[in-house]
Amino acid sequence: MGFTASKDPSGVYVVRVEGQLIVGNRQELKSAVQEALDHGERRIVIDFSRTGYIDSSGLGALVSISKKVREQGGDLRLSGLNEDLRSLFELTKLDTLFAISDTAEQAVGSFAG
Amino acid sequence: MTAPLPATLRLCVRRRRVPSPSGATVQVSLRVPSDVSCIEEVVDLVTRHCCSGAWPNRKLRFNLRVAVAEALANAIVAGNHEDRSKSVEVNAEVSGEVIRIKVTDQGEGFDPASIATPLEPEELDRPNGRGLFLIRHLVDEVQFNPQGNSICMTLRRR
Repeated sequence: MGFTASKDPSGVYVVRVEGQLIVGNRQELKSAVQEALDHGERRIVIDFSRTGYIDSSGLGALVSISKKVREQGGDLRLSGLNEDLRSLFELTKLDTLFAISDTAEQAVGSFAG
Repeated sequence: MTAPLPATLRLCVRRRRVPSPSGATVQVSLRVPSDVSCIEEVVDLVTRHCCSGAWPNRKLRFNLRVAVAEALANAIVAGNHEDRSKSVEVNAEVSGEVIRIKVTDQGEGFDPASIATPLEPEELDRPNGRGLFLIRHLVDEVQFNPQGNSICMTLRRR
């Protein structure tokens, strides 16, 4: 499990969660996004198209990251949630807190509007 | 491919036949160190043993993985406070129709009724409090022992 990050040609910073997002690695994701913020990135996508499952600590980390990004004047969007992952967001009503796109490309494109 | 089990993991798998058309009952027992880095591997191992053959349902498999990961995280972090001198017992039993997984820590226990889940719009930015709520929605039945340091989760094949 791990994270890969890249900058889209349009300037959107995309972090991909590879494997699981759980209590054992949530801090790593928080650090990755904080580092991006420290480098001036303000349009950020976290993509879950290669993610197996997320636990409540992972969901909590996303909540914290979202807050941090907002506080620093940024905008966080999520993408690539399959049916199972999306059900976790719906159960916890976190689907109402995040802007969620089907794909990373759509999430990146949504910043252009 | 997952990394080898840490030496501190103790795994015992027993299979026995039961007089039922559903076939064998599979029992898996593990002693897990209080280390969150073990969770993913233990979840994979328990899922592999519980979901072989008769449990191909993708949704059940997903629910099982999240519920076990959640119960392990609660046990290691909230129960044992990540004290490496303490461990977590995982016992899983699979019959033809039912998976039953018990996760027991060496902590003082807690009152499950005392956990409030942040579902109101003004509470959604709370980073914690969703674990037990998720478990209750992902499995068919949840029971705690009186001390509150052992959770038993039951999933049924539909």
